[in-house]
Amino acid sequence: MTEPTTTDPKAYLSHLELGEPDKTFLDTNELIINMGPQHPATHGVLRVILKLDGEKVLGTECVIGYLHRGVEKIAEHRTYTMFNPYVDRMDYVAAVSNGLGYCEAVEKLLNVEAPPRAKYIRVILTELNRLASHQLWLGTHALDIGAMTPLFYTFRDREEILKIFEKYCGARLTTHAFRIGGCLYETYEGFEDDVKKFLDFAPPKIEEYEELLTTNRIWLDRTKNVGTISAKDCIALGVTGPVLRASGVKWDLRKAQPYAAYSEFDFEIPTGTNGDTYDRYLVRMEEMRQSLRIIRQAVDRIPEGPIMAKVPKVMKPPVGEIYHSIEAPKGELGYFIVSDGSTQPYRIRVRPPSFVNLQALDIMVRGQLVADVIAVIGTLDIVLGEVDR
Amino acid sequence: MLDYITSYLSSNTTPGQAGNVFWAFVYILVVFGGVSVAVMAMNWLERKALAHFQIRLGPMRVGPHGLLQPIADAIKLFTKEDIVPDKADKFVFWIAPLIILCAAFSVYIVVPFGPTHAITDLNIGVLFMLGVSSLAVLGVVMAGWASNSHYPLIGALRSSAQMVSYEVAMGMAVVSAVLMTSLNKTGTGTLSMIGIVQAQQQQQIWFLFKFFPLGFIAFVIFAIAMVAETNRAPFDLPEAESELTAGFHTEYSGLRWSLFMLGEYAAMIAVSSIAVTLWLGGWMRPFPNTLTGAIWDLVFSLFPGAIFIALAVIAFVGVVRMPKHPYFRIQTLGLAGFGAVLGLIGLILFAPPVRDRIQDIFWFVAKVAVFMYLYIWYRATWPRYRFDQLMKVGWKVLLPIAIGVLILTAILGVLL
Amino acid sequence: MQPVATTFFFYFLSGLTVLSGVLVITRKNPVHSALALILGLLAQAGLYLMLYAPFVAGVQIILYAGGIMVLFLFVIMLVNIERSQKEEQFNKQWLIGVLAAAALGVLFVLVYVKGKDLFPEHIAQPAENSNTQQIGVMLYGQYMFAFEIASLLLLVAIIGAVVMAKKRI
Repeated sequence: MTEPTTTDPKAYLSHLELGEPDKTFLDTNELIINMGPQHPATHGVLRVILKLDGEKVLGTECVIGYLHRGVEKIAEHRTYTMFNPYVDRMDYVAAVSNGLGYCEAVEKLLNVEAPPRAKYIRVILTELNRLASHQLWLGTHALDIGAMTPLFYTFRDREEILKIFEKYCGARLTTHAFRIGGCLYETYEGFEDDVKKFLDFAPPKIEEYEELLTTNRIWLDRTKNVGTISAKDCIALGVTGPVLRASGVKWDLRKAQPYAAYSEFDFEIPTGTNGDTYDRYLVRMEEMRQSLRIIRQAVDRIPEGPIMAKVPKVMKPPVGEIYHSIEAPKGELGYFIVSDGSTQPYRIRVRPPSFVNLQALDIMVRGQLVADVIAVIGTLDIVLGEVDR
Repeated sequence: MLDYITSYLSSNTTPGQAGNVFWAFVYILVVFGGVSVAVMAMNWLERKALAHFQIRLGPMRVGPHGLLQPIADAIKLFTKEDIVPDKADKFVFWIAPLIILCAAFSVYIVVPFGPTHAITDLNIGVLFMLGVSSLAVLGVVMAGWASNSHYPLIGALRSSAQMVSYEVAMGMAVVSAVLMTSLNKTGTGTLSMIGIVQAQQQQQIWFLFKFFPLGFIAFVIFAIAMVAETNRAPFDLPEAESELTAGFHTEYSGLRWSLFMLGEYAAMIAVSSIAVTLWLGGWMRPFPNTLTGAIWDLVFSLFPGAIFIALAVIAFVGVVRMPKHPYFRIQTLGLAGFGAVLGLIGLILFAPPVRDRIQDIFWFVAKVAVFMYLYIWYRATWPRYRFDQLMKVGWKVLLPIAIGVLILTAILGVLL
Repeated sequence: MQPVATTFFFYFLSGLTVLSGVLVITRKNPVHSALALILGLLAQAGLYLMLYAPFVAGVQIILYAGGIMVLFLFVIMLVNIERSQKEEQFNKQWLIGVLAAAALGVLFVLVYVKGKDLFPEHIAQPAENSNTQQIGVMLYGQYMFAFEIASLLLLVAIIGAVVMAKKRI
């Protein structure tokens, strides 16, 4: 067994070439502070080591792995169908998206396509999940910055979505909604009515959140020009999702490489200009509205037909490898599956969006103050289940 | 001896001015008890109102609708283990909450609940209040230092820097209100609290509306500065839990921590009293000059009783809506009893002799209660400022505006 | 207004001032010295009150105890305390110190004995309400120039402090 890693924070920072600021006799010493893994603000068990000069951040190092469960290793000993529930537990906030990505990847490997009705159901549930994920993000992000109330409002409104999930597949959070080849469950009696009722219920609520935060002077002061990252840096680091779009790059996999039934819907990709926290906030709020738009178009014209394609009971995909990615609420979620012809995959590698986005934390908080570190972690919208797997 | 006691009852000044030590003592006890009860009520109101803002219910179990929750909290805090950090300076650690408490409570010596209902009326009343509330900064600094720990020290230094910065803007706003007192017919201003309210009475205008919008802007500056002075949202970075430093009272546990909370709430009520006295006409009823006459006086004098009766009605509505389960019997009875007590107080307040005496105190307390509710509302709605933005607002926004208002008030006062 | 127990309060407050002065110079811990100084300043404010100068007392509390002493405490806490506590208390030349203090005391007693006419026999009782007004009239009337010069001096000090503490960014 390898020896346990050192807990001395200075050892982690030796590779960062941090310049020494101009020193005067009034300068305080540089400080190395450890934030987490237990901390009220970090979303999940994330440990961040900060090198501070007074209050200014000179550099950071993230220590992850506290939630590592060996999901990818487990995948090598499960059949493709057995691995489906594990996928939900990675990004547990947006479990439906994870399931969609995995099922579509395996379907691509098997060269099978889900029937149109299944695709529509998948789109509706995934967009509902995107909305729920963004609502949770909004509540926790506002709480970090100090606004206590939006958390309760977003969680109350998220309940409606979770009720729909529960009626559909029996679970609220880790839904296991989809199967390889389509959906297992037919839409329940009254599904369209519930979704339509939700479509009337949601827009005033989004207005309510905007009213509380968007033009609030304190919110603007806390989020404008905080955690700025340029488009060039985003692309260099591989950052995707709302973070990339807020920096000005109009890249969304639902439009660039359409999957499920997204090519049949009419929606827009919101982008920002500055790449700061405020832009990311605006982009995610607009994405919530666009999700509602997609659901509204989808629920009206769900095609009739079967919900499950013809897949063999014992799945033995041909030898090969495939990479398939979808636009999860947090960014590009990709699955790289290597099959060796047997019922169990040889290797499944998940490309979690939060893991890649977390690398941008260092660039975003250089030169900012300590209070901004928490705001930036919130705005990156990371879920440690996904980062560590 | 008895003459000494009864001689005061016929005078029309405060006990301090009349030199009557016995009645001054009685007033001190009454005010101290009243403020303590107010702090407990404020604690309950904060939890309930904050919860309702966040679509929750708040405390519901301890007593009907959580009315006994502050008592439960007090008992818990009294019986907690008193942990003193190892290398902490014991004397300073012990004395820091006492300084904050004494500073917060000493302010009440000059708070005027009525033209004769104050413990005393120093002729430098406003100056005294500003000075004593600035002594609270010392307590904060000592609390942070005595904890001998990194985070409380940073929190204490930030907190005291914030308090000192906003005191400057507060002082400027107060000076512009004091300037307005000199526009009397006699031509001399006064720093005494009762004198300021009487000046508003003489000039027949609340200073909030005088030289509109100057008085209003001065009031707004004071309102913002007083929220920052008491370390409340949105200026509560030093005591926010989700930031890196958890504030100067991290290492305090049990009774000592409750002293800090007591001091904080008492300071909130104290600075609200200053704001009410200087701008909102102190103990005067609303519209004393536009709605004059015996009928309007009668209508406004019915308010105290009416409000208590309304509270009693709300309590009885709550009784009706209680679940009809045997476990809830005690709570239902308790709430009904509470409603009955409120109703009784309301009926007593309708009686003419009580009605006339209680007017001043009631309107003063009602105005301060509005401020308390606003404090809770601010905390529920707004995110908190980052520390450097906080200092920027204090020095670069509030102070220039306050100085500008002061100069304009002085110019207008001379011209008009 | 009847003064209440004047003699008692005089001896109490002045004793407190002397005691706090002694505490300031004898404490090892600089924070304790600062706290003792605050106590002395507050006692002095009480003495001002007894001299029918309430405005001066109020300003003493606001500025001295609430402003300058906070500054002292900030500096004490930000400076490395451990180094100062390891330094020896300056006790080697206590004999000369006692002699100098005794000489000063003898000087004070001589002044009181020889110059009895300087000290009035009765307590001066100016009107209580006039302290603020009189100070205001004098400060903005007769001594206006000195007032403005003093405020300019303070402005220069503030600007100097800001320039010195500002980092080159």
